[in-house]
Amino acid sequence: MVDVAIVAFAQRPSVRNAVGDEVELVQPVIQQALEDAGLRASELGFVCSGSCDYLIGRPFSFVTALDAVGAWPPLCESHVEMDGAFAFYEAWVRLQHGDVDTALVYAFGRSSLGSLPIILSQQLDPYTVAPLFPDAISLAALQARALLDGGRATERDFAEVACRSRRAAEGNPNAQLRQSADVEALLGAACLRPPLRVHDCPPISDGACAMVLATGERARAIASARGRAPAWVAGVDHRIDPQDLGSRDLTRAPSAKLAAERAGAHRAPLDLAELHAPFSPQELILREAMGLGPQVAINPSGGALAANPMMVAGLTRVGEAALRIHDGRAGRALAHATSGPCLQQNLVCVLEAR
Amino acid sequence: MSIPPTPAGPALEFDPPLSPVMRIDCPVRLDYTIAAGREQSRFLRAMSRGHLLGRRCPECRKVYLPPRGTCPRCGVMTAEDVEVQPRGTITTWCVTNVPYEGQVLELPYVTASVLLDGADLPFYFLIQGLPADQIRMGMRVEAEWADTLGPTLDSIRCFRPSGEPDADPASYAEHV
Ligand SMILES: [Zn+2]
Repeated sequence: MVDVAIVAFAQRPSVRNAVGDEVELVQPVIQQALEDAGLRASELGFVCSGSCDYLIGRPFSFVTALDAVGAWPPLCESHVEMDGAFAFYEAWVRLQHGDVDTALVYAFGRSSLGSLPIILSQQLDPYTVAPLFPDAISLAALQARALLDGGRATERDFAEVACRSRRAAEGNPNAQLRQSADVEALLGAACLRPPLRVHDCPPISDGACAMVLATGERARAIASARGRAPAWVAGVDHRIDPQDLGSRDLTRAPSAKLAAERAGAHRAPLDLAELHAPFSPQELILREAMGLGPQVAINPSGGALAANPMMVAGLTRVGEAALRIHDGRAGRALAHATSGPCLQQNLVCVLEAR
Repeated sequence: MSIPPTPAGPALEFDPPLSPVMRIDCPVRLDYTIAAGREQSRFLRAMSRGHLLGRRCPECRKVYLPPRGTCPRCGVMTAEDVEVQPRGTITTWCVTNVPYEGQVLELPYVTASVLLDGADLPFYFLIQGLPADQIRMGMRVEAEWADTLGPTLDSIRCFRPSGEPDADPASYAEHV
């Protein structure tokens, strides 16, 4: 295997109704990540982005966004219609070829322009489910209800996740929701989609982030020149559960369990895990699936409950974990990204200092 | 593993027997709020005052219209306003002869890539005021503004031949 490390990561603060189109949103973070790695776009071996045209209702917005990179001389470029974390995976695979030694990964999402919960219903089975327009919050509520009915969690457990996440975000200037009332007060609120309350749901966020990967000696050189530890990718894996919601036990995430195992999560103790759980009950499911005990700090950044720019929040988990390796706050970290309804797809990446 | 036999149910009548479903109707409607970016907003507001406002790249000095925030060649933010003239040179063109759903213009009609004077990026416009078979590269055209201006491309009704001699091909060769 070719050793690949994250050597730079940049993100912009998540906000609702960001001013600026996708190019204006993503160009500053791309520039910041490249400058931080001491690279020019023309030197990059590979470029891969993650975004989704449904968010803004305009086809090929990822082509438009390429204007933010600078495409002359021509780039070797790819795109996933998914979260940027899956673009990160593609870039890692590309670097395994060994013929190029740097890659840029970026993601952008403007979730504010449409009715996000309804837009997300269009990723469901187009014949029998999508025509019913089940919105994303209702599907997450279905999952939460199954957890409660199965006696696997309580509404207090959900509130504790939300409270801890948003209080952790107080130290994260890029987060959108950065404080929380205490659990008792949260539980006093009315339900939005029973059993979910507003605090169990993510904010609507616009955002962008960018990351630079490098291999072996190149990674060591870039990182040491900046006084940071390269965040080496010890393992990465992506697994998918069935799309049909009725054929899944929504209270479990077997694909997350498998991805964590295949990524080598359990080979050594973890200091922290950045989990992409947009709804509070989903964090409980992921922690159980991946066997993350109380010794693992969960979402020190605040996670997706504190800021959830669509197509960006997963890559941000990888970036937040990498930043903590860079400055020595963590020696071994897990990052997770999800896609699809109710944690259908799960990507797990293990980062470590060496 | 053995699969249990399916219990016999009431017989279903198919006509024709077991024909596949070839079509279902699933109407989808998604509503969006348009939010043009900072630079496109400046461009559109300038149009509502009868001006064409481009932006210049600080590195390669090219002028982009419409501006989109960055220079796609250099990947840097464009930084300087440049007023572009409402006349230019046709670099390539298309004659539409085939009717289609939603068509409002009389056939045949011409659309063309127009390199506006002072801009480095051709822009598509409707061309009127000449028989379709007389359209050509290098032809000089000028904008006809709409009676009512607004923050929309409809502020320019079309371009028409300006009567100037055709442009030297070298003047637009880089933009074809
Ligand atoms: Zn330029």
